[in-house]
Amino acid sequence: MLKILKYSFFDLMRSRWSYVYLLFYFLLGIVLLFLNNDLSKAVITLMNVIIVLAPLIGTIFGVMYYYNSREFTELLLAQPLKRSSIFLGQYLGVALSLSMSLILGLGVPFLMYGLLQSSAIWNFSLLLITGTFLTFIFTALSFNIALSNENKIRGFGYAMLLWLFLAVIYDGFFLMALILFEDYPLDKLSLVGTMLNPIDLSRTLILLKLDISALMGYTGAIFKKFFGTDYGLILSIFMLILWTILPVMRMVFKAKKKDF
Amino acid sequence: MVSITNLYKRFNKNTVLSGVNLEIHQGGIFTILGPNGSGKTTLIKSILGMVIPDKGTLMVFGKNIKSNSSYRHQINYLPQIANFPSNLKVKELIKMIKNLRGDPGTDLELMERFELAPFLDKKLGTLSGGTKQKVNIVLTFMFDSPLIILDEPTTGLDPISLLFLKERIQIEKAKGKTLLITSHIMSFVEEVSDEIVFLLEGNIYFKGSVSALKAKTQEQDFEHAIASILSNNHA
Repeated sequence: MLKILKYSFFDLMRSRWSYVYLLFYFLLGIVLLFLNNDLSKAVITLMNVIIVLAPLIGTIFGVMYYYNSREFTELLLAQPLKRSSIFLGQYLGVALSLSMSLILGLGVPFLMYGLLQSSAIWNFSLLLITGTFLTFIFTALSFNIALSNENKIRGFGYAMLLWLFLAVIYDGFFLMALILFEDYPLDKLSLVGTMLNPIDLSRTLILLKLDISALMGYTGAIFKKFFGTDYGLILSIFMLILWTILPVMRMVFKAKKKDF
Repeated sequence: MVSITNLYKRFNKNTVLSGVNLEIHQGGIFTILGPNGSGKTTLIKSILGMVIPDKGTLMVFGKNIKSNSSYRHQINYLPQIANFPSNLKVKELIKMIKNLRGDPGTDLELMERFELAPFLDKKLGTLSGGTKQKVNIVLTFMFDSPLIILDEPTTGLDPISLLFLKERIQIEKAKGKTLLITSHIMSFVEEVSDEIVFLLEGNIYFKGSVSALKAKTQEQDFEHAIASILSNNHA
């Protein structure tokens, strides 16, 4: 698996888009820090960007990489390699290279700014951890979609729909449900609703840590009331881990049954 | 060496293999023939574990290949269409496959014979079909394995390379290896094969030597013998 990981990783590192992605985060970090001067505000703005962008890029790169490396995969399948290690290797190659772009792209400007002396270091680390989780989750989801769809365009379409649904539409439905049923106790519903969407979960997680009640909204407030800050943090990280493991397991399972 | 019992495979509604039984012994050249869509490639890919059969057992080197991958150390496979990652260079690809198999291989002689040296630093996406097929053949023959599977090996080759390929096939045969070949070039099949397996609509219609096939169809010419099977069946 490590050999495949290495090849996939370096294959992606040679691609122009990895650098564009890295450069984007790098510029974003610099602009936010040196034009804004307020570290905690910069972290919040970054959160809003990462929470939408990391899933989007993870989805696009995941689907594109899978379809573009079909030939490579077929070549590997005839070699004495386990199917699970072929697909896990490719998946980790994509997810790790994207996460590296994120961490390096944001980490370097923040280090330059003097993050290590600042109190925001934990908030910032949590931001990078959630971003990495989101990258892993959405790359795994997109690999799942690509594995289940032979047709490139259809697979790409489904992957984009999934992103659109979880990043935008889900919140709309969620809010509508909360307004429609406002006469009923909605604590449980909103807790479950948050946990079923990794993007909402990440947002709640970061806001819990930042402890900004004004931005937390209804679900965040309930989360805090229900679990308290520490327990809430642990629970949401646990949920993110679950969100990563389940799609990866399905991916391996699906890959074992597929014909090439 | 390879033993297939009662193999079934369908893709959606399309039944490709329906109860294939085949025994391939060690040593010699076996060719799998059949019209387009008769399941030749599916059969080969099942042996390689790339296609997962719906029913039936596949034993390679005496072991069931289900959820097993290490037996592929002993197989060299030449895929039908040389689909390589287009952004890799020829020499990177060769290095990668060696690395993945954990085997240094012997590619130098092959490269020389195919005159591939000027292409080593070129990306695979820029190569012509014939050159890709040469790279494909180098990748297949550079390892020393007892079972060699060639899916349409002659595609796109120029006469000199074809001659070399035939020569190489005979060398491998002389070493006591087993070769499993599919081809549509009848003269090639007649020349190289020791035994023919004729697939028709997902079943083995005929298995035996070229002369046995001629006797069965009462034709003098091999090409006509094959044609008579096909036309009799479709009539």
